[in-house]
Amino acid sequence: MSQPDTTLTHAVSPEVLAGAARAPLRKTVIEKPRLSIRQLNFFYGSFQALRDINLDVAERQVTAFIGPSGCGKSTLLRALNRIYDLYPEQRATGEILLDGANILDRAQDLNSLRAKVGMVFQKPTPFPMSVYDNIAFGVRLYERLSRSKMDDRVEWALRKAALWEEVKDKLRQGGTRLSGGQQQRLCIARAIAVKPEVLLLDEPASALDPISTLKIEELIAELKSDYTIVIVTHNMQQAARVSDYTAFMYLGNLVEYADTSTLFTNPARKQTEDYITGRYG
Amino acid sequence: MARSPRYLRRRLVNGANLSMSVLGTLFGLFWLVWLLWTLVSHGLRWLDLSLFSQSTPPPVTPGGIANAIVGSLLITLVGVVVGTPIGILAATWLAEFGRHSRLAAVIRFVNDILLSAPSIVIGVFIYAVVVARFGHFSGWAGGLALAIIMLPVVLRTTEDMLKLVPDQMREAAAALGAPRWRVIVTVVYRGALGGILTGVLLGVARISGETAPLLFTALNNQFWSTDMNRPIANLPVMIFQFAMSPYDNWQHLAWAAALLITLAILVLSLVARLLIHSRSFVK
Repeated sequence: MSQPDTTLTHAVSPEVLAGAARAPLRKTVIEKPRLSIRQLNFFYGSFQALRDINLDVAERQVTAFIGPSGCGKSTLLRALNRIYDLYPEQRATGEILLDGANILDRAQDLNSLRAKVGMVFQKPTPFPMSVYDNIAFGVRLYERLSRSKMDDRVEWALRKAALWEEVKDKLRQGGTRLSGGQQQRLCIARAIAVKPEVLLLDEPASALDPISTLKIEELIAELKSDYTIVIVTHNMQQAARVSDYTAFMYLGNLVEYADTSTLFTNPARKQTEDYITGRYG
Repeated sequence: MARSPRYLRRRLVNGANLSMSVLGTLFGLFWLVWLLWTLVSHGLRWLDLSLFSQSTPPPVTPGGIANAIVGSLLITLVGVVVGTPIGILAATWLAEFGRHSRLAAVIRFVNDILLSAPSIVIGVFIYAVVVARFGHFSGWAGGLALAIIMLPVVLRTTEDMLKLVPDQMREAAAALGAPRWRVIVTVVYRGALGGILTGVLLGVARISGETAPLLFTALNNQFWSTDMNRPIANLPVMIFQFAMSPYDNWQHLAWAAALLITLAILVLSLVARLLIHSRSFVK
């Protein structure tokens, strides 16, 4: 079964690792966080992919996770809706607080968690059904809507995802027949349609052309007024453009977390500076 | 450089390999074409409407093969109705739940054995556990034998097709909060629909020509009958008996039936191929 790319591609000297552990982190205080991650450790079998992550996600802001391949940014994102639960060999310890409850708790109902925390993946994943049914699929899980109410909801979600004008005459067409950029916005519309509070975006534009990427970024800026957004990206410019807060991760550690302008203009750590100036990664 | 010895050698080796593979292909096709030609040349002139309207006649009397066609359809239907759901459910467990478990590996292994088991063995098995116990041959026993032959075909193709549906699709559906069964039924099955259907059609093609298991189970019937509790006529066994007979008209009917069965399987395979190209998720 596939698992996110977690191979360590960067050799790192013990001094660097020790330095990462010793130097004090700049304190980033977030008033009323939407998600609080505490002492999070994550394992793929016996391999530890995340080490003692502590991080608060601000409400109705965009938080970006950046870092080189295999640093654990996707893993961290996938812990937030417990999608990793599909794979028995993956597990997390620690706490992730959402509305005061620890979602890592065994008693946590996964379906209601995922209703609150939506996710969009790197590759567009339209279901093998019509554009309309792609959106209605998620809604039908939670609500029984009349035909006209469902039509309204589908239109609402597609408008939110800036896709309505392009597909309003193709609602009965297969979702897989749209272009890549349209498919990705369809997936965003599908996630929005169930009215989540948090939206997780796992490199949502990395498989798209520049124009589609621009559309997705504009969309993120608009959605931020309604949703708490967490985005994983390996594109630093993208993080700088769309996010309010940025977390830099390296080898499973959270190296630095700050508001985006501070992190990019005045990083506190040498590692961060090296990464954002392109010296590695 | 163009005429260097090394370059010439490469061209020679390439030419030799290419001609060998073309010859190999022609060799395979030769037998297939010969087979079809023999069937058509012997069978075509006996294909007429009375085949479908009359039952198998006594020797030296005109007649048709309507009873064998209907019997074959009934037995095959039982085979499909019994074999398909079990095969699809088992494949679903293998692909979606037990994928890496030891039990799944064992089931796959056993299934592969069943897939290659001689069909006569399956006929003898059903004879022992069904026919001998109830004391008579029957259409049901024939259908059951065909179901056992069909099961591993459906199981194998369905599992392969389900595995072709990318995990991201399952994740995307689960990320919306869909429970597992719903992910499988509404997203995974739909993605693999063309492939699953193809597997079923291939299974049908496989069982519709089986003779050995029917000899021990459904046997044959000279008369029109749709009673599945009794021996029932069917094309393969009818072909076997009529082709071995000394009577001209029986031999003609056997040729016609052989051609008919071949055409039916040909059409089924073509439909299966079209489906796998048009409906399957994996294009």
